[in-house]
Formats: sequence, structure tokens, C-alpha cells
Amino acid sequence: MANFEIVAREDFSDVTYLLEVRHPLMARAAKPGQFVIVMLTARSERIPLTIADFDGHKGTVTLVIQAVGKTTRQMQQECRVGTSLHAMVGPMGIPSPTTKAKKVVCVGGGLGVAPIFPQARGFKDSGAYVIAVLGFRTKSLVFWRDKFASCCDELILCTNDGSAGIKGLITDGIKVALDRHADIDEVVAIGPPVMMKACADATRPHQIKTIVSVNPIMVDGTGMCGGCRVKVGGQVKFACVDGPDFDGHLVDFDDLMVRLRRYTTVEQAAQERWSESCRMTRQVGPSALDALARGSAEQSELLELPELNDALGG
Amino acid sequence: MATKRTIRNIPQTRTPMREQDPKARAANFEEVACGYTLDEALRESERCLYCPDEPCIAGCPVGINIPGFIKKIGERNLHGAYDVLTDTNLLPSICGRVCPQESQCEGACTVGVSLEAVAIGRLERFVGDTAIKEGWVNIPHIEAGRFKVGIVGSGPAGMACAADMAKAGCDVTVYEAFHEAGGVLKYGIPDFRLPNAVIDAEIENLKKLGVTFECNTLVGRLFTIEQMIDEMGFHAVFVGVGAGYPTMLGIPGDSLNGVLSANELLTRCNLMRARDFPDYDTPVPIGRRVAVVGAGNTAMDAMRVALRLGAEKVYCIYRRSRTEAPARAEELHHAEQEGIEFHWLTSPVSILDDGHGGVRGMRCVRMELGEPDDSGRRRPVPVAGSEFDFEADLIVYAIGTNANPIMGQTSSLKLNTRGYIATDDDLATSVTGVFAGGDIVTGAATVIEAMGAGRRAARSLKAYLGIRDPWRPYRDADRDDAGTLFGIDLRERNFARVRVALKADS
Repeated sequence: MANFEIVAREDFSDVTYLLEVRHPLMARAAKPGQFVIVMLTARSERIPLTIADFDGHKGTVTLVIQAVGKTTRQMQQECRVGTSLHAMVGPMGIPSPTTKAKKVVCVGGGLGVAPIFPQARGFKDSGAYVIAVLGFRTKSLVFWRDKFASCCDELILCTNDGSAGIKGLITDGIKVALDRHADIDEVVAIGPPVMMKACADATRPHQIKTIVSVNPIMVDGTGMCGGCRVKVGGQVKFACVDGPDFDGHLVDFDDLMVRLRRYTTVEQAAQERWSESCRMTRQVGPSALDALARGSAEQSELLELPELNDALGG
Repeated sequence: MATKRTIRNIPQTRTPMREQDPKARAANFEEVACGYTLDEALRESERCLYCPDEPCIAGCPVGINIPGFIKKIGERNLHGAYDVLTDTNLLPSICGRVCPQESQCEGACTVGVSLEAVAIGRLERFVGDTAIKEGWVNIPHIEAGRFKVGIVGSGPAGMACAADMAKAGCDVTVYEAFHEAGGVLKYGIPDFRLPNAVIDAEIENLKKLGVTFECNTLVGRLFTIEQMIDEMGFHAVFVGVGAGYPTMLGIPGDSLNGVLSANELLTRCNLMRARDFPDYDTPVPIGRRVAVVGAGNTAMDAMRVALRLGAEKVYCIYRRSRTEAPARAEELHHAEQEGIEFHWLTSPVSILDDGHGGVRGMRCVRMELGEPDDSGRRRPVPVAGSEFDFEADLIVYAIGTNANPIMGQTSSLKLNTRGYIATDDDLATSVTGVFAGGDIVTGAATVIEAMGAGRRAARSLKAYLGIRDPWRPYRDADRDDAGTLFGIDLRERNFARVRVALKADS
């Protein structure tokens, strides 16, 4: 089987980076809407990440990651071309259903921009008119504009400060799309829960089918731990095997947001430890770091850092 | 010849097994039961009467020749005992620890009628552990055949099936979704009951038999069962993916942050090593007062894990009484020794919110036992007006599991009404060449039952592939000899080669 080698890396900003991982079998099996679980090292946490792209010919799977927690920061630092992940399993979750929708809006905000791409391309391939609404905080964070432009009929870019595209939140972009087109069949939204909630609220009055991809904390990703349970239409669903796509008008986002805060305290502590260790690393320099890595248990404690689920997936 | 053993002249009491002191062990993850020494094993082996009916063999789901291996221990021939055990069971160190012997072999033991039953499980473990320590493996001569067999799931069912198919000369690949093989033995059963080193040793033995393990492989999603048969060249497939999908209670407060399934707690702690946080990255919620709902083996594991993680108080909440608790007697006993507080005949009504998304307690109602239900156990009914609250900050559900939906979502395997894979008596599924067994067929059961199913499926796989099964009689009583050669079905595709030792003096 694959050894999960990283064959390409691109840094979009100081927090967002792309990893292209070799896994020929998965590259052929993956479908829009699915995710993987990766482990950086044998001691790392298992973190879910939505597949941002896959190329069956090249045999690679692309992940776009935001460094928000300890694991994703450590990955940002350690994942170089030629290195390998300890584990990557997938594709997980039910693929987004191919629908007969003729006109769709694909909404991606923040960490949801990359994973909305395969959906947009999938819709385009099935012959739909695709409008992409992408939200970033500011112009310097914008990525994949061309990639989206190549598969979308319309691209609406929103930035919080107006430095690129329209000034405003993603819901303002959706409003533009809804104003322009009265015949939208479906909206697909991926991003932070608060953004997906706002999207669902924006489309609810128009009764447009709205699919969201939820990103709860999970361990195994195979339906075994129940950590990723979400309330959908009053029923308990497991995002990993019953999702991750659900009807946005039925998802209990408030519940989801509370559940995402399960490990906030440990997460903050871990981040502080991590930042502290990075600061020390810079002070002692890389050669001293190597010495540390080979050094005594006492010394190496400096390098072993606490963890938390980055809750980054979905 | 020594005098014949009778119930009067054998050691009257069962040889106790040394255990870590309850206080000390509640703070560590070292194994609780320390195992027999040679002297202890010899003494216990003297308690077997070698009775003619051998009810223990019938009581064992895999039919181990129990008096046979005990006799070898008595002769101080431990390697011989290991050979007898591994004739039928490749994983004695695991089974000796986790089988519910009191309802299987030991439950049927003749000695047990008037005295305490022979401690078969402890003896089995003694032999298995000795083998690991001494590095013994029983690798029979295997004539490589031409069949490729795929096994989905590396838990007890898959491991047992893999062993049998490898011994039959098949090229066996076991697929596992997690990053480490072992299934529930790894993620579910904690180290203090079944150390990971023991599981790894047994998996190494399987590898020596020629079995390949492929981790990080989610069958169904990475490739389907149908693809395994149609495109990947597997002649037959065994599905033993377990049940898994944990049941939530469905009461108010279920989704609060202090509520989790026993599966999640155990997986974080055992497989992901959250107990060694921050050396390992995965965190685990640590409660001061932990309430575990349920009284099965998983519940006992969850309680004892919570205790070892540093909980001050651990409660067991069970709606029936102690008699009906499904846990192994030894686990229940160990949990009681360690200071778990049991609340029998108590059922949760709701989980109480602390106002920040967490848990502050649980509201329960007292129960009383009414008429027997379908399971033959007396049905618990709530006592009106007996609701009460108690404080807890972590609630763990260990109330059973449902079928994992992935196989059903990704294959044309026929499922039963409860979502488990439907099979016939030979464990054949609706797809030709695909067999299934273990929890994904029966619903949650025990490790040894899953192993038994894995072995039963292996027999069916051999029959399907036309590999002679040495366990099958050469002549079926209900079949005449037409179409057979000396009673062997001519449609069988190969014959096992027999190696005969040359006699030196002939």
C-alpha cells in the first residue's frame, strides 16, 4: 500500500498550506464530499481533513490545511516534499450525491474554500451552471481563484475588508447570487459552522435545498466512536458514516458549535506549549535541535508536545 | 500408574491467581491478573479429572482439546500443551484472558458441579504466555496453494479466519481501517486486561504463517468487496468488521460535551494512548465524578479506565440487578475491588446541563424487576416517583452497539432488518464467494464467539474453494459413494499432501 509520501507542497499564506500526498488507490476512489483521516507521526492525533482535490492519473490526493491547532502547525512545520505521513485513511464518508441540479451555488468560506472545489468541478462535469461564492478575510489570503474560474460559470469573491471582490461576508455573496438568479436549484456550503449556519439561514426563506458539510471532532472516522455525532432534524447522526453532508436546514448548528469546543481548554494549553517550544527552537537553532532530538529523555521532553483535536475536517 | 483421580483426591480449591493490589492497580495500566507460575499451573492441572464426557470441549466455541492440553501441563510438557492448544486456537494468550470461561468451558466442567471448576482459562493463558516468552510458534508445513483470500477487519474474527486460511495454503491479506491491527483487542480492551504486547505477539505469529496485514485501508470506501473479487484477484473474502456503531440513550442531554460512548473513551485511551498525554497527542476527557451506564464487559473496562485516568468517584448505573449484569464474573469482581460504586436497578432519565455545554449530573429513576422478558431476564420497570439527581461531570454510555453501516452502504451484501449482514448457516452472504462472521452478523458478542465465527467461516471458505478440510470426515453418512474417490468428493480441486516420517528401523 501507499506510504503517504508528500509529493508537493504550496503555501497560500502563513496559515494556509497545501499538501499533495501520493496514494494512487485513494486518488482513484475519492469522490467529492469525502474526507481522510491523517496522522503525522505514530504519536499524533488522528485528524479529519476534507479532500480538496484528487488526481487519478497522477495518483495523488490534495489536502488544504489551516494551521489552527497543534497538529496542523506541526504539520506545517514538518511536512516537506519527500517526507511521509504516518497514516492516511480514506476516502471516508458518503460522497456528495450527484444531483440533477441545473444551477448550483457552491459556497466556500475560510477552510471550506478548498473542499468546495471538487464539488464545483463535479457539478460542472455533470453539466450544471455553477456559481462559486468564496469568502476570505482579506486579499492576501485568497487562493485557487484561477482553479475555480476554470470550472465555474460565475465567481463571486467576498472579503471582509473589501480588498478583493465585494466587501462583506459570505452571506452577502450569496445574496448577490440569489438576486441575479431566481432559478437556483441547490446551494452547497462548506466552512466554519457559523458560516454554514448563516448560509442555511440565508437560503431558508427561498426554500432552496442547502447541503452543508459538517466538521465535528472524530477519532476513527468509521462510525465507531460516536464523537462526531450531530443533530439533524432532531435525530442523532454520525458525521463520519452518515455524512459528512447533511441538509443545512435541518442541522442543529448551535449543538455542533458547542460540541466543537469539547477540548478548547486543552487546545489552548497545547498551543501555548507549542508556541513556547517553537520560540525555544528558534533560540537554540536547528543544530541544537537535532542534538536535542538525539538527547536524553529529559531534554527531549521539550520536543514532545501536547495535543488536541484541531477540529479541522469536514 | 498413579491412583485414579476422583473428586475427593484432587486439590479441593481452585489455585488463586496473584493480582495487583486493588489500590495500587487502580492508579496504573499494568495488568491486573499476574498469571500462574509453573508450580501454580501444575497444581491446578491436577484438578482435572479427565472425565470421559469432556463437557468442557463442547462448552468451548472453538472446541479446544482442553483435557489434552491440561494433561501435557501435568507432564510438564509445556510445548506439548502449546501444540495441543494451537491445533484449534492460535491465540491462547488472548482467549485465556478475555473469554467468559464461566459460561463456556468452566461452566460445563464436571469438577464444577461439586467444587470450583478447573481454572481452564488461567491454564490456557499460562501456556500461551510461556510460548510468547520462549518464542515458540507453531508453524505447520504449509503447501502454498493458488487461492488468494481477503479478510476485512483485523479483529478476533478476522484473525482466526486468517490463521485457518493461511494454514490451508491460501495467500491471505487482512485489511484494517485503523493504523494498527488487532481491532477491538487493540482499541477496546484496555492494557490492564489484555496488554498490547500480547496482541502484537499473536499478530506476529500470524505474519509468520504468511498472513499480510494492510492497515489504513477502509474497505468499502477505498475499494469495495465486489472489486476485491472482480478486479483484485481475491478468490474469496471474509467480512469481520465488527458491530461498532455505539448506541446513545436518546434522553435529554445526550449531546452534551461530557457525554461520550465507551468506544470513544476506550479508543482514545487504549489505541491512541491518551493516557500518556502529552507524550501522545490525543486528549481524553477526565472526569472527577464519572458515571458509566451499562454493566457489560465494555462498561467495566470504561469504569476501570476512568478510575486509572484519575477520577475520584466512578459509578456504574444499571437498570437491572447484579445477577443480570452481562459482564464476566471476574471483571465485575475486579471492578468492585477497585472501588467502583454500583447502582443497580437505576436507570438514567436525563443528563443535566452545567450551562456551558458540559455535564453537572444525571437524573435517574429507581427500577424494580417485573415479569421475565424475551431474553428470559426479569424486565426492569420504573418505580413511580423515585427520581433522584446525583452529581457527575462525565457520562459514559456502554449500552451496546449497532451494525456499522459502511458495508451496507458500499456493497450489495444483503442485510437483515437490524442492519447486520445476513448469512446462511455456513456464514455465506448473498454475494458469491463472500462470507461474514462475528459481531457484524450476530450483533455485539464476545471475542471468542467472534473467533469461533471466523473459524466456522474458514471451513465454509475451504469448502467453497474446494480445499480439503482435514476436520471433515472422509465419508458423509448421508451420502453414497457415487462421484467420490474413496469417499472424497471428486469436485474438490486439490488434495492435502501428507508427509510420512520414515521409520528408522524398517
